[in-house]
Amino acid sequence: MSILTLFIIIPVLTIIGILFSKNHMQVKWVSVIGMSLQLISALALIFLYLAERRAGNMAEILFVQDNLWYESLNIHFYIGVDGVSVAMIGLTALVVFAGIFASWDIVDLPREFFTSLILLASGVFGFFISLDLFTMFLFYELAVIPMYLLIGIWGSGPRHYSAMKLTLMLMGGSAFILLGLLGIYFNSAPSGGPLTFDLIKISKEHIPIAAQNFLFPFLFVGFGVLGAMFPFHTWSPDGHASAPTAVSMLHAGVLMKLGGYGCYRVAVFLLPEGAHYWGWLFLILATIGVIYGAFGAIWQKDLKYINAYSSVSHCALVLFAILMFNQTAINGAIMQMISHGIMTALFFALIGMIYGRTHTRYINEMGGLMKVMPFLAVAYVIAGLASLGLPGFSGFVAEMTIFVGSFQHPDTFHRVCTIIAASSIVVTAVYVLRVVGVLLLGKIKNEAFETLPDAKWHDRMSVVALIAGITIIGSAPLWLSDMINGGLGPIVQKLLAAAPAIMP
Amino acid sequence: MIDFSYTVLILLIPLVVFVVVGLFGNRFKPIVSGLVGTTGLFIGWVLSIFTAYNYFFVSGKGAEGAFVKVLAFSMRWLNLTDKLHIDMGVLLDPISVMMLIVITTVSFMVHLYSIGYMAGEKGFSRFFATLSLFSFSMLGLVVATNIFQMYIFWELVGVSSYLLIGFYYTKDSAVAASKKAFIVTRFADLGFLIGILMLSYATGTFDFIKLTAPDSPALTSGQGVWFLGLSTMTWSMIFIFMGGAGKSAMFPLHIWLPDAMEGPTPVSALIHAATMVVAGVYLVARLFPIYHMNAVALDVVMYVGAFSSIFAAVVACTQYDIKRVLAYSTMSQIGMMMFALGVSGYGGEEGLGFMASMFHLFTHAFFKALLFLGAGAIIHAVHSNVMQDMGGLRKHMPITHATFLIACLAIAGIPPLSGFFSKDEILAAGHMKSMFLFIVELTVSGLTAFYMFRLYYNIFWGKNTHYHHTPHEAPLTMTLPLMILALGALFAGLVPFASLVTSDGMPFETHIELGVAIPAVLAGLIGITIATLMYRKETNVPERIFNTLGGFSKAAFNKFYIDEVYLFITKKILFNYVSRPVAWFDRHIVDGAMNGMAYVTNEASDRVKKLQSGQVQQYALVFVSGALLLALLFIYLWTN
Repeated sequence: MSILTLFIIIPVLTIIGILFSKNHMQVKWVSVIGMSLQLISALALIFLYLAERRAGNMAEILFVQDNLWYESLNIHFYIGVDGVSVAMIGLTALVVFAGIFASWDIVDLPREFFTSLILLASGVFGFFISLDLFTMFLFYELAVIPMYLLIGIWGSGPRHYSAMKLTLMLMGGSAFILLGLLGIYFNSAPSGGPLTFDLIKISKEHIPIAAQNFLFPFLFVGFGVLGAMFPFHTWSPDGHASAPTAVSMLHAGVLMKLGGYGCYRVAVFLLPEGAHYWGWLFLILATIGVIYGAFGAIWQKDLKYINAYSSVSHCALVLFAILMFNQTAINGAIMQMISHGIMTALFFALIGMIYGRTHTRYINEMGGLMKVMPFLAVAYVIAGLASLGLPGFSGFVAEMTIFVGSFQHPDTFHRVCTIIAASSIVVTAVYVLRVVGVLLLGKIKNEAFETLPDAKWHDRMSVVALIAGITIIGSAPLWLSDMINGGLGPIVQKLLAAAPAIMP
Repeated sequence: MIDFSYTVLILLIPLVVFVVVGLFGNRFKPIVSGLVGTTGLFIGWVLSIFTAYNYFFVSGKGAEGAFVKVLAFSMRWLNLTDKLHIDMGVLLDPISVMMLIVITTVSFMVHLYSIGYMAGEKGFSRFFATLSLFSFSMLGLVVATNIFQMYIFWELVGVSSYLLIGFYYTKDSAVAASKKAFIVTRFADLGFLIGILMLSYATGTFDFIKLTAPDSPALTSGQGVWFLGLSTMTWSMIFIFMGGAGKSAMFPLHIWLPDAMEGPTPVSALIHAATMVVAGVYLVARLFPIYHMNAVALDVVMYVGAFSSIFAAVVACTQYDIKRVLAYSTMSQIGMMMFALGVSGYGGEEGLGFMASMFHLFTHAFFKALLFLGAGAIIHAVHSNVMQDMGGLRKHMPITHATFLIACLAIAGIPPLSGFFSKDEILAAGHMKSMFLFIVELTVSGLTAFYMFRLYYNIFWGKNTHYHHTPHEAPLTMTLPLMILALGALFAGLVPFASLVTSDGMPFETHIELGVAIPAVLAGLIGITIATLMYRKETNVPERIFNTLGGFSKAAFNKFYIDEVYLFITKKILFNYVSRPVAWFDRHIVDGAMNGMAYVTNEASDRVKKLQSGQVQQYALVFVSGALLLALLFIYLWTN
């Protein structure tokens, strides 16, 4: 049995543990123990993976496990990881861990809340380790559906509307994905033999170009909806605004990454010719998304909306980089997913904590919080600086890898797009510093806020874990970048074979 | 060859101090943070002097008698493409060693001074932590081995500057100033980044040693016409200069510098006078061999520098806030340094401008830091920034007065003080290039002397202001740095720069050219004389002159309305005409389309569900009419 099964077993055991717990406290502690174990396994996985690679194991996929579970359609429970998925698992474990601590104050139905949250997490883990397209899709749905309950029940504001909107839009995306996956399945054996959902096996085949060109938009748009691709991003601001803290964290931090990962792992990897055929169109959309999200964020007054639009901008950069079709840019895209995941989880955690104290998210109603809650305020400044791409934090590493990689593209159109996308760093600075200035600095506007408490121990746990994540990646990025690079060989070769002329 | 790898400690010590004081500073008494920071910088200062001695006098010279670039330390930080990678390291060459001296000296003095100046302030340890962060970043910037490392530290000095300008974060003006400084320089840094991207695209390397070598790919590749008649390399140099102009407050990206004076005065001395603001000059000097090969880019540097120097000098004559006068003066002096680089050639005596620029950077660091720290002592004593609130302070503050006077004479270029030597070389270099620009810079020289002595007389002479509390001389931790820096301002000009810091490392001989030196000193003396006549005693002459000049002086007083132009662009255009429509478009058009789809679906289902009414008669009616319609259709089809 592969170590990867742990990532499914631990959440299941945790959920069972939660169901048998007697009171709130036990529910929380069971969740904490479960998710700490999950984080430890993730760190162990990273070490094991790096050790295997150092020992010279050059297999494309490590820690493989393959069980047939539905013979007539040739569906397998086929799991395994490469550098990219290991990185994504690390991200997920960290964000879930922090999310548990950030939802410490949940009062209504904690048992159900934590169950749904961990169910969602297990869906995400399953998605990242699956190599069978059908199983992957299954886990994908498992991750999306608890979201409806989590927002609809524990949310705030127009939560039913938001939950419905989010779920419907994501389900719409799922429908596209399912069509795309079935299309791939029926083209999975062009040279004869049994049809398969096996991602690795399909990647070795050459799907007919006509089929690729037809299927690519389905998959890219389907995953793109979850990755907040312009113009299918509007579920994100409403959904985040209504979602409870931990759900926003998981959603923006991890779930949106499923979109980017799917675009990378399924759409571009399996359909490289299709990607080249459609690339320019989606590149334009992604470039628009980068700038558009940033300008959208400037005008917002609700902290969660600001961060949601900021996420639109940052996630668009992921798709943007994937569409550059070269190793450096794609590496940057993966790092941007990880960086944005941790950073945005930190933002939503802090917003939740601030909201929990002030009961407002409108920046104009607050001010001078630095004096009242220095810990949270300093953490918010750090998150903001990370978001605007300050060196020393992960955002800088990811963005610079993307920009340098993209600018190596020999085509002028791609380089012009890079310059346009790069200019978002200025706009980002504007909205981040605006929030910092209005929300944290200056004089205390509302006297009632003067006595509010600063972060409690569980808040600190959550915040410190996330800040450690962005700082470690930001100041010593080499191991991560090399680990991801190690997993990019196959996709780069496929892209190169598809269109040698445009690869540097 | 001496092993220079210990130089990495000069960087690491402030970094460690930052982390320790930043995380645990609140646990100790404030003074501990101050002492830890100051000690750290003292060690760095000693190490820098040791390094400079070893480099310049022991082992820096290569076989041909030229100073060589020494890669003291290097480690891989990030791999990008197969050719491009980011390293972190320490590169020693004449300019970086010279900068090490400048930064550690001024930073050490400022640390020492701040122990007195910031005593009792809330956030004392936060102040010292950030000061250490700044020192670390600035040192990392100057010793960068590659342009990307420089960019990384470039951003870090930007953020330390942001944090220090906004140190008094409950003051709205400080918050606004820090935000403005960050965003304006960020905008300039975008240019820097684009320049780096273009440079790396054309040359396939970030490495300074490779880029500035005689066989550099920057000199051989990418020279073809690319856009608007200029080559890739020229464009990339212009974009990189944009970054430098932003950091060095060159027109029109200078608007953040005067506002940055909201920060505590020691910060203004360190960051906004002596070190960070000269980073742009340093950047151009660092890439000088490439600039030299791209004449258009170098001309941009020259004209921007020259215009900024005269622009700022004119504005400085009209300001009343003493720190703002000094800020504009800084901008003007940096303009001169840029100008000197712009007129310079490469190699030996051709590189006179390069040497002059570095020389002026060096001497300016001493007297400008001294002026700011002196201003800090004065502000500390009279609790005001405005010169109308001052006057007659020479009796109350003798040490500050003496050191301030030395600095004023130095910046005015009076021999034999340091400013005279460096400014003279700049003017000599300008003289060789263009008569017109030489006269412009001569005027700047005169104006400099004028506004500095206007400042001096207004503070220390002029009217005898009655103070609520009699102003006292500052404590020793503050006056000691003043005295040490005054020594620098007096004697820094005697350093034989032409044999140490030159464009290609080869020493050359300089001599004072009387044809340049005499007009330069005269310009300074005329400026001082006019200022003496106008401001030594309180008169209404300045006001009358101000009124005679009418619109011009009003425009100068309002800094030629550049701020208003920016406000118009950002507030009006970007906020109201871009950002707001985007937000509206998103909510109503994009989201509206999604909601519209949901609405149509709902409506459709409403219509359809009416069919399922449960009434048998209705079903029968539908069934019969459907059957009838089909029958008619079949008959129609069949008959045709």
